Amino acid sequence: MMHLTALRRAEQGHILTPRLETPFHDRLAALSETNDWYSWAGYKAPHSIFDTELEYFAIRSTAALFDISPMVKYRIRGTDAARYLNRLTVRDVTKLGIGRVHYTAWCDDHGHVLDDGTLFRLAADDFRLCCQERHLPWLLDSSGGFSVEISEETAEIAAVALQGPTAFAVLEAAGFDGIETLKPFQLAEFPHAEGSVTISRTGFTGDLGYELFASANAALSLWDRLWAAGSGFGLKAIGYDALNRARIEAGFIVANADFITAEAALRADRERLPDEIGLDWLVDPEKPYFNGRDAILRARAKGTLKHLLVGLEIEGNIPAEGAIVYHRGKKEVGLVTAAIWSPLAKRNIAIATLSRPFGASVTDNLWVEIYAMRELQYQKLMKRARVVPRPFVKLDRRSATPPGRF
Amino acid sequence: MKQYDVVMIGGGHNGLVTACYLQRAGLDVIVLEKNAWVGGAATSRELTPGFLYSNCSYVCSLFRPEIMRDLELPKHGLQVISYEGGAVFTRDGDYLASYRDHDSHRREFARFSKRDAEAYDRYARDVTRQCRFIQPLLMRTAPDPFSFKPRDLQEMLYLAKKFGDFSPSEMAATLRFWTMSISDFLDEYFETDVVKAYLALSGIIGTALGPMSPGTAYVLLHHYMGEVDGSVGAWGYARGGMGAVTSALASSFKASGGTIRTGADVAKIMTHRGKATGAVLADGEEVLGKLVVSNADVKRTFLKLVDESALPERFVHRVRHFKMRGSSGKLNIALDSLPEFPALPSGSSCIRGDLHFTDTIERMERGYDDWKAGHWSTDPFVDMMIPTTLDPTMAPPGKHFVSCFVQYCPPKVEGNDWTDADRDAFAETVIKQISDYSPGFRERILHMEVRTPREIEQEVGLTEGNIFQGELTFDQLLFNRPVPGYAQYRSPVRGLYICGSSTHPGGGVMGAPGRNAAAEILRDLRHTPSHMSSAHDVI
Repeated sequence: MMHLTALRRAEQGHILTPRLETPFHDRLAALSETNDWYSWAGYKAPHSIFDTELEYFAIRSTAALFDISPMVKYRIRGTDAARYLNRLTVRDVTKLGIGRVHYTAWCDDHGHVLDDGTLFRLAADDFRLCCQERHLPWLLDSSGGFSVEISEETAEIAAVALQGPTAFAVLEAAGFDGIETLKPFQLAEFPHAEGSVTISRTGFTGDLGYELFASANAALSLWDRLWAAGSGFGLKAIGYDALNRARIEAGFIVANADFITAEAALRADRERLPDEIGLDWLVDPEKPYFNGRDAILRARAKGTLKHLLVGLEIEGNIPAEGAIVYHRGKKEVGLVTAAIWSPLAKRNIAIATLSRPFGASVTDNLWVEIYAMRELQYQKLMKRARVVPRPFVKLDRRSATPPGRF
Repeated sequence: MKQYDVVMIGGGHNGLVTACYLQRAGLDVIVLEKNAWVGGAATSRELTPGFLYSNCSYVCSLFRPEIMRDLELPKHGLQVISYEGGAVFTRDGDYLASYRDHDSHRREFARFSKRDAEAYDRYARDVTRQCRFIQPLLMRTAPDPFSFKPRDLQEMLYLAKKFGDFSPSEMAATLRFWTMSISDFLDEYFETDVVKAYLALSGIIGTALGPMSPGTAYVLLHHYMGEVDGSVGAWGYARGGMGAVTSALASSFKASGGTIRTGADVAKIMTHRGKATGAVLADGEEVLGKLVVSNADVKRTFLKLVDESALPERFVHRVRHFKMRGSSGKLNIALDSLPEFPALPSGSSCIRGDLHFTDTIERMERGYDDWKAGHWSTDPFVDMMIPTTLDPTMAPPGKHFVSCFVQYCPPKVEGNDWTDADRDAFAETVIKQISDYSPGFRERILHMEVRTPREIEQEVGLTEGNIFQGELTFDQLLFNRPVPGYAQYRSPVRGLYICGSSTHPGGGVMGAPGRNAAAEILRDLRHTPSHMSSAHDVI
């Protein structure tokens, strides 16, 4: 008991650093020219490192390192781990092979999405779940009757994304032997320093890329290894603003930006079923019972789905961030949650949530109203919008195996 | 003899709010206050040179911003300052702090339990959802379900519609929330004793119930409904103490031509043929009014000030059984220097917020057991604050005013009236508890005001010293507050209204009862209150 008290008291000083530094912070801080930080889940994270525009082009033309350590990580181990996760999440976990990763989502009893994230199968009975929000009580409460051990390991595990056409070349130069065999959504363990690093061929950019996970104390040596190898391949450190452009091009959604997670919603009508945020393809109705299943299938059968998340292409070149979507220029039918001019597609693209049937059976005559502030005056533009499939940008190099060197 | 348009009995915050609105509507209003100062339970008094005490209420959050604006209180000197944090000290020498920064708050909880740390957001979400439902009801007169008047039917429909907007599971959650105990409610989210003890306090403050008593979850909600400048749930200090609220109201009232008479102790409300005609002071002087409004609690108003013979039997019966039990006391202390808490790191922000010494719900419940047995808690629950850490106006530089709200404290001691010796022993219990966590606290004391329910009733006039003019349990809310059929600020006596915390939406320095009462009075006078804002939208 006194031992526990001493442990607790040792942590009292956390208030002195309300913005924690990630395991990579020393390197990021040394590289940072803009000193432009924000709080990502309580960690200092860069909006930019030197120039958002140029950082974006590092993702698309050479390679970029993006620190994803603040991402929330849970470890789920035990003989029932796969069965437990199959009950928790909407996708079929039995189809997730050892050494594979899949994108998934999980729902409350009403079928409302609690979060989306990536599930890593590290071994038969060992999984890592990565996501935006925190869910420990939900994960623990769901574990009744399953032989599983669940722990939160956000601070213990450092993670960095290496993305871009030369990402493979960087890893190869860094001496990760055998990395060329890694297929998309596959992971493998590689020796690093005294321990190891788990590398998965995953990412949030729609480009060739990898995510590297290591224990926090190996973070700096891992960074240095990549940085040294990357010098000949245009490797740059980047901030979130550049990554955000790439993820919009790739059509990925962000929890509590493109949809409101069920446990965060103060207003009940903001909660969303998977089908209402473009995640219907994850839901596997054939697999055994999973949380939210009945509600999702009932809504499908009764046709009571209310919303729809779509990709839009908008005429012109002014990004439509936060714009209201209209039908026939009059009836309000939705909201743009993310929008950019895509340098890669040379199109004005957006992610929007619409009220059905708009975006579903009614896709013609959609408009967005853009308020562009120019020198203290709003230029109000009404621009035509067209529903288009996501991703907005599809790159062959993302999935080529073995991957190209640039 | 002069006849006023309105005679207001009592100059508490609600009385002054009503008086301000009526005076601004062009009526000639006189406020009769028995003490030499106004303010009721929202006062700042200098009992020892250089120190201002917030003698009763001590923090500000519930006071409606619409009222502050309507009555131009900022112009009359009212400022409310947000404060940070606070802490519960644990018996093993640690503490659980509360931080304004979201991630720091989570990390602090995580020192005790990672699970509880991540459960807090869902808890806050669920409580906020309930607040969003209740908040719009604060500034509306509760409908009378027995009435078929169009307005009552419309308001019942409004209530039904608001409730109907809920999903079935939200309805179920709401009904449970209104009726369950704070202890059971917290058990559904948290596993750690000290986390639950920290969050439970708002469920018992001012209430003669323990944390395990059904109905206390709603009391917690009542304390979450406040805001400081739009930050819902936040609490603040009134600069200059809680008297700043009522002195701003008094100043606003006088600026619009109102009359305040202090030292005017009302002994009787005069009635003639079922209609109120004025008030008789203790010295026999009569003050005549076309209307009489009582800021006194419902028991004092109808069991002491109005002749029982002028009231219907069932009404009196209901008033007699309205629960208004004293459960708390207060110590106001002038300190020579800032107290030290060895458990806190130096420079900790916690000292600027509320400090507690009760680290389990069970200890709170045991404290309540003492109260049931007719005694003050031997291990009391103390809500201690040092407003002078943020407010330079209440004590000389380097010196401090400490406000200690203490629960539980019975209206009678084992059935007998309080004696001075009881009072001193009660104070000693509190000082001893604080000293356990703050060595040298006792030696720093320059002056102390001890208030048991006896002092609170004698000075402020609150029956049994109940700070809410009646408990905030579901049987005494909305159209049941204070008496079914009389929940719209009117009474069986024509021309007699009540405007205090005994009425909807209840206690705390909120001002909503006073404002709603003024709205009803003006309605009876066929006066359109254009100077009264409706409640801010909850969007």
